[in-house]
Amino acid sequence: MDPAGNAFTDLSWVDLLFLGEAAIRTLQISAVSIFVGTVLGIILGWMLAAGNIVVRLLVNSLLDVFRSVPLIIQLILFDSFVSIAGFPMPAFWSGTIVLSVYTAALVAMVARAGIEAVEPGLRRAARSLGMGYWQDMRYVVWPVGIRAVFPSWIGVALSVLKDSALVSAIGYIELLRASQILTTKTQESFKIMLLVGLFYFLMSYPISKAGDFIEKKWQQ
Amino acid sequence: MAAVIELKNVRKSFGDLEVLKGIDLKVENGEVLSVIGASGSGKSTMLYCINGLEPIQDGTITVEGTVVNDKSTNLNKLRQKIGMVFQQWNSFPHLTALENVALAPRVVKGLSRSAAKEIAAKQLAHVGIGDKLDVYPGALSGGQQQRLAIARALAMEPSYMLFDEATSALDPELVGEVLDTMRMLASEGMTMIVVTHEMGFARDVSDKVAFFHEGKVEETGPAKAVLSAPKSGHLQKFLAKVH
Repeated sequence: MDPAGNAFTDLSWVDLLFLGEAAIRTLQISAVSIFVGTVLGIILGWMLAAGNIVVRLLVNSLLDVFRSVPLIIQLILFDSFVSIAGFPMPAFWSGTIVLSVYTAALVAMVARAGIEAVEPGLRRAARSLGMGYWQDMRYVVWPVGIRAVFPSWIGVALSVLKDSALVSAIGYIELLRASQILTTKTQESFKIMLLVGLFYFLMSYPISKAGDFIEKKWQQ
Repeated sequence: MAAVIELKNVRKSFGDLEVLKGIDLKVENGEVLSVIGASGSGKSTMLYCINGLEPIQDGTITVEGTVVNDKSTNLNKLRQKIGMVFQQWNSFPHLTALENVALAPRVVKGLSRSAAKEIAAKQLAHVGIGDKLDVYPGALSGGQQQRLAIARALAMEPSYMLFDEATSALDPELVGEVLDTMRMLASEGMTMIVVTHEMGFARDVSDKVAFFHEGKVEETGPAKAVLSAPKSGHLQKFLAKVH
């Protein structure tokens, strides 16, 4: 304790470790949400591209809700709702569910664009060779479509990684929340924010680079 | 001889627009039928109906006795017998020439990878691009891509081939190589329906010609007779224009 009676402590290695653990939690919640959201989003995108007018209208209006309400409000609403409804769940799970649905809403648009990017002539050619609907989807639409929209999907993944910071609002101790805790403890907000920014960059940069690499490989 | 492909009073509409207004046609085994006529006369649409890519509203289409427009017909199975080549060659851009041709034999017929590749290499050599196996379509000329499309159809070992204006999208200097490939197939005895604007090909290669006018077959008969002495006024005008 210094003469001025300061209750705050200096930033230590233990704090850095605390931030590192929080970064891993950010990665965990993002990875699960991106994975689940992508699978769900591809199904929804397919419904948008291939469904009849009723299906398209239903899916579109549903997705509009998730795209128009700010993510932080969706998180708080869902977290409160499950508590009030008597099924309280750990912040990780309510956060993952909301973030997955939010990701799915974004991926659905990407997936639809991917399916629509495939020339109808290619699909007719596939069918003329005797391929069934799902064979055409698997061997022609999927590989051609994914090449067309892969950069957009990487964009969605990166934005979900960063948006996962909002899960702090329901008490999940990910990177942002951890930084707030440390700031309160040490009052070193500038240094801590710099560190947190660096952590986010270190997580995003490899994803973005891997995306570039795969894209180049596909360009032959 | 019995017809292997037969259309009886086939009618087809897109919404309110009737494009085929009662088509009757017969193709016998080993025969080459050229279908000529102005754009929009329904020639290409008829081809799409023959392999069931487009449904028809009335009439019957039979291929080897199988009714194409019967709901219980397994179209994926039927299409294995009917190769189709398109105006836009539609090569799969993400696959090499060899993979383009090997894909359907592998996934549709269930051949092993190596057996499918063997067939693919054989067919690519057959159409004269056996040196392009590992090249992606983007690096091939239009004529080569169209021959790739022909090889892709042939790899399913079809009994019939449908050509939808196979040379119309090609630069003039590339038309010859594709027509030569089609001539070769005809000389091998392939049964073919060829929608074309190439009157020379229609006259020299096909056995029969059908002239389409506004969704109907206006004149049909032996190629040389019909093209040298057309009876219908519309066909006379059409031939005067394309020559």
